Amino acid sequence: MTTNCAGCAEASEKAKELKKIIAKYKDTRGALIPVLHEAQEVYGYLPLEVQREISLGLDIPLAEVYGVVSFYTQFSINPKGKYQINVCMGTACYVKGSNEILDKFKTRLSIDVGDCTDDQKFSLDACRCIGACGLAPVVTINDEVYGKLTADDVDDILDKYEDK
Amino acid sequence: MIKNIEELNALKDRALGNITVRLDRTENPSPEGGKIHILVCGVAGCASSGSLKVAAAIEDEIKKNNLGADVKVIKTGCFGLCAEGPIMMICPEHVMYTKVAPEDVAEIFENHIMGGKIVTRLLAGEKEYEEIEDRLPQIPFFAMQKRIALNNCGIIDPENIDEYIALDGYQALAKVLNEYEPDEVIDEIKKSGLRGRGGGGFPTGRKWESSAVVQDHEKYVICNADEGDPGAFMDRSILEGDPHSVIEAMIINGYAVGARQGYIYVRAEYPVAVKRLGVAIRQAEEYGLLGNNILGKGFNFNLEVRLGAGAFVCGEGSALMTSIEGKRGEPRPKPPRSAEKGLWKKPTVLNNVETYANIPQIIRKGADWFNSIGTEKSKGTKVFALGGKINNIGLVEVPMGTTLRQIVYDIGGGIPDGGTFKAAQTGGPSGGCLPAEHLDTPIDYDSLTKLGSMMGSGGLIVMDEHTCMVDLARFFLDFTVDESCGKCPPCRIGTKRMHEILVRITEGKGTLEDLDKLEVLARNIKASALCGLGQSAPNPVLSTLKYFRDEYIAHVVDKKCPAGVCVSMIKYKIDTDVCKRCGICKKGCPTQCISGDKNTPFAIDQDKCVKCGLCMEKCPFKAILKNA
Amino acid sequence: MNKVHITIDGIKLYVPENYTILQAAKEVNITIPTLCFLKDINEIGCCRMCVVEVKGSKALQAACVHPVKEGMEVFTHTPKVMEARKVNLELILSNHDAMCQTCTRSWMDCELQTLANKLSVENVRFEGDRKRLPLDIGVSIVRDPNKCILCRRCIGACKNIQTVGVIDTMNRGFNTVIGSPFGMKLEDTPCTNCGQCINVCPVAALHEKGDADRVWEALNDPKKHVVVQTAPAVRVALGEEFNMNIGEAVTGKMVTALRMLGFDKVFDTDTAADLTIMEEGAELIDRIRGGGKLPLITSCSPGWIKFCEHNFPDLLDNVSSCKSPHQMFGAVLKSYYAEKEGIDPDDIFVVSVMPCTAKKFEAARPEMQVDGHADVDVVLTTRELGKMIYDVGIDFPDLGDSDFDDPFGEATGAGVIFGTTGGVMEAALRTVADLLNGTSADNIEYEEVRGLEGIKIAKLQVADLELRAAVAHGLGNARKLMDAIRSGETFHFVEIMACPGGCINGGGQPLQLSDVRNWIDIKAERAKSLYQEDRKMFIRKSHNNPAVKKLYKEYLGMAGGKQSHKLLHTHYTPRKNYED
Repeated sequence: MTTNCAGCAEASEKAKELKKIIAKYKDTRGALIPVLHEAQEVYGYLPLEVQREISLGLDIPLAEVYGVVSFYTQFSINPKGKYQINVCMGTACYVKGSNEILDKFKTRLSIDVGDCTDDQKFSLDACRCIGACGLAPVVTINDEVYGKLTADDVDDILDKYEDK
Repeated sequence: MIKNIEELNALKDRALGNITVRLDRTENPSPEGGKIHILVCGVAGCASSGSLKVAAAIEDEIKKNNLGADVKVIKTGCFGLCAEGPIMMICPEHVMYTKVAPEDVAEIFENHIMGGKIVTRLLAGEKEYEEIEDRLPQIPFFAMQKRIALNNCGIIDPENIDEYIALDGYQALAKVLNEYEPDEVIDEIKKSGLRGRGGGGFPTGRKWESSAVVQDHEKYVICNADEGDPGAFMDRSILEGDPHSVIEAMIINGYAVGARQGYIYVRAEYPVAVKRLGVAIRQAEEYGLLGNNILGKGFNFNLEVRLGAGAFVCGEGSALMTSIEGKRGEPRPKPPRSAEKGLWKKPTVLNNVETYANIPQIIRKGADWFNSIGTEKSKGTKVFALGGKINNIGLVEVPMGTTLRQIVYDIGGGIPDGGTFKAAQTGGPSGGCLPAEHLDTPIDYDSLTKLGSMMGSGGLIVMDEHTCMVDLARFFLDFTVDESCGKCPPCRIGTKRMHEILVRITEGKGTLEDLDKLEVLARNIKASALCGLGQSAPNPVLSTLKYFRDEYIAHVVDKKCPAGVCVSMIKYKIDTDVCKRCGICKKGCPTQCISGDKNTPFAIDQDKCVKCGLCMEKCPFKAILKNA
Repeated sequence: MNKVHITIDGIKLYVPENYTILQAAKEVNITIPTLCFLKDINEIGCCRMCVVEVKGSKALQAACVHPVKEGMEVFTHTPKVMEARKVNLELILSNHDAMCQTCTRSWMDCELQTLANKLSVENVRFEGDRKRLPLDIGVSIVRDPNKCILCRRCIGACKNIQTVGVIDTMNRGFNTVIGSPFGMKLEDTPCTNCGQCINVCPVAALHEKGDADRVWEALNDPKKHVVVQTAPAVRVALGEEFNMNIGEAVTGKMVTALRMLGFDKVFDTDTAADLTIMEEGAELIDRIRGGGKLPLITSCSPGWIKFCEHNFPDLLDNVSSCKSPHQMFGAVLKSYYAEKEGIDPDDIFVVSVMPCTAKKFEAARPEMQVDGHADVDVVLTTRELGKMIYDVGIDFPDLGDSDFDDPFGEATGAGVIFGTTGGVMEAALRTVADLLNGTSADNIEYEEVRGLEGIKIAKLQVADLELRAAVAHGLGNARKLMDAIRSGETFHFVEIMACPGGCINGGGQPLQLSDVRNWIDIKAERAKSLYQEDRKMFIRKSHNNPAVKKLYKEYLGMAGGKQSHKLLHTHYTPRKNYED
């Protein structure tokens, strides 16, 4: 493969990384889920080419790999945004109005849960309890945690990222 | 490398000196240990609210003031008072500061560390004392608690195995390897009366025994750390605050049943817990507490961490095992039980985090000690995650048999904003709610089951009069439908149909017949779903139907939501007597459904109204009424 | 086997300890209803139809997988049990595209419908949201996810038995579907078109792509000379479409019915099977004598061929270049027969009635034609033929017998047993032994290669050669055998059939309800019948077939010769998996 463009170089770098991951787990029992986790770490999501490589490498039918990927909410076959917004919908957060916060994000970004904005900047997900109930309702954006929110705070938070 | 028990004890003595300052002890203080320890909660809620920045600020302050030799900062596990985070405690005087911001640190150093004066505005609890003394037991939140599973949380640095060893860590393992035959370990656990803390409350000793009696050279022990109940985070706190207690217990479990390999299945949503476990396992391996010939006693045991990937159903034992096997986390019918054919069809014991966290102390202090705590059939303590409409949101550990009232009012500080207690939900999506009439029920496994709920993992969500119980049932079914694995029709389609009916009811389109259908569906899902989670999925509906049937009737017959939650049943109306016809509401209405001008009275067109509530918010004269 | 005492509905019984409740109940004449359960293929207890009460268990238990235990007390029809079964079935029906009147499964005993009947489901109380997904229509197989009830039997067949694994459970909860990865069509996957998924489907979520319309059109076209040929396995199964005994041979009735449908000629694919043996036998002897690539692997099963192209492209040279018998026959019909009868090959329309769905794909392969004429125009499954007969109102069981037409009216016992696992091997051995020995051997029944064991290996003394032969049926077994060959195990001759049991259990054969299949091995019944047919035949070795002899004499020259290669042989292409 020629690697004269930045994109190609990156792609082949990732492919190498994936091969390494598969090799590392080749002899581990029940390797599929750890491999998927690490592959998603590298690619950000799990597109066909990646799943096909894993299927071949671990000798598991692609349909089964896909079946596993589509079973667990942490795995995605769609790319995620640069800023991944997760609105916690655990009971503690729900009772404290996380629903309204989620709605506010949806309207402001004009996307639905599980989607990504057209400019790939934000993706929105509703997640299960992240165990920060003391701060309910909670939203995370990448590694940043925002607690005790109201729907009104959403604009300010997003503005912060829009400028980035 | 610790080669034998004598070396373990020697290490313990050395390590204890370094942390004596944090304990109510004076023996063995070591000069390297420092005179003042600042404990900062570095996990869960506190980390989310910025405690790590506080810790960094403290480090800076130490450097700035050249206090490196005397003052140490330790990132510990959870103190419990999560809503008040970030939390820190200064030892030896045990003064706890809450809601500490990095900006507060300089003041704390100037006044407290160097000036010997308490910064009263940051104190936990009633915030009125100025004398430096051990106030912790006097803070009501802590006074009624008894910490076993959370024993080390908030005291030790979870990333430092020496601190765990200092507080008798791995002594239980040493005792077991030195003095007990495997079946004697099981007898001890049986005698203690410990029951599983994750779900149904199965006696732990019997569970171990049923795997121990199966002849097989390949067996497994698994720690279920896939804490899935929304609103429960006790396992997270234990793993982040005291990971070695779980590891030690698993080694003991392996010895007792004859397993040499263990897995810890953790939710991927808990990255800190995963990291801490990794560190802890590595340290234990380096010390030879995991691996071959542990403490020179010829016993081998290895531990591996496996990550979940976002599926509530993986909290079910057989689903968890299929997930470890790398498949869709779907449960399988039992029998055969996991004790006979579990992971990779081999005998397997599965215990939850909190259950394991009790084991080392049971071994060390004896079954009789543990047995003396709790109620007749539920021994020991239980950790609850308090959440919802309650003042002290956080983690509490109380003896079994503590009443709901004590937990909610004495420890939890009651309902905020002058609200009234309506119900508490325990057991998450598999549990049910306890109404005010049962506030004085001593809480244990059997009393909760009798009331139509269950202990579950210990989530305890408090509801006040602003919570609609039908909406709450719908919320839980929302969850169940989303998390159903889809393998069996009762859960896959049945919970979906129940959810659809609940949506209809909350939208004001329900009928009395719908209530009957809910009951038929609930009964049959309970009877015939494939796994325990499916069978318990209807519980939130059954229990709200049992205790709050009048609310369902109000929705179905009167088309009213008494709590004012169900949007489609909310009606906004303009009180023309109060209305000054200013027109602010009309301007702000996104659907232009408000009519009226200076000469005609203002009114809301109910067909066009989307119930956003903006008009009510904007009206300067409070002339707009909800549900009038 | 140890035995245990149990009680079912108050009846005491003493059964082997490895029995399930379902098996035990059958002993006392109680048939517990099942839906997802299919013996050896899908034993996962997911549908909750067979639930029973077991004393001491709070929840109901699945009888199909629940083992018996000493002292166990079971109740199979308490109100709790009956209500749960009914509610669960209503729930399944509430998410099923129940257009029963127009469903292809209606005339063949839909298992869901049967169950609804049995449980007296008279209305569906729990209507609600229902899935509406696009159909996946391929050359061989149609998948209708809206009819699918997620019993997962097809996955048991595709992934576990066949090790093809192109369909699996996707998504979860109410959104669960059975499908291919990334929502692909089956055609874009390494699906072999074997149709085993169809055979196990309790409803019409999986069925063959129907081609009867095209046959009717040809039959009604006065210009067309419509010729039909029937594979050996069809005759021992077609009767089942008309509630006749499983495996009952209906050859004569079938020929009568085909004439009544209007076919101009009715031929027997067995004749072409004999032709295949001549060609393949020659190829084998050639390779053995000439040091060619060994083992030689049979090529009659198109499901196996596609499987090999996807999974063992490195071993494609081992596969015989012979077309499958019906393709050979088609090529002969459009050349030799056309010439002889003076019919323009353009006007000859060849219909193959096959026990097979993969043959539809095979017939559509571009390489399956000679001089621009497709060898075979339409492939019908046994089921489709049954439906055509049913549609025009022919009372099949009451028909008299007729004989196949000449000039290919004569076939041998060797051709007949092609329809079962080991049959091609046995037929070849009968011929190769004689050819190598130069005499006619008395022993013509090779028990070593018969039976339903997954992989059969035999060492046979043929003339001065110790011939090592292997037979595998079902693609899972094929994979095992091929892996062994790949890693160096040596054979001379290998027979592989894609379907478990061979063509008698092909993807186009009549469907038998799980209620039947759980207790009777239909493969064994049909195979037994084929071997009986073989015994009845006057000629039992392919090289003794006078029609075949005549064909070589008049047209083809010698087996493996130039003309043969043009008409009767083909080539294979390595195929990629999930790549464009």
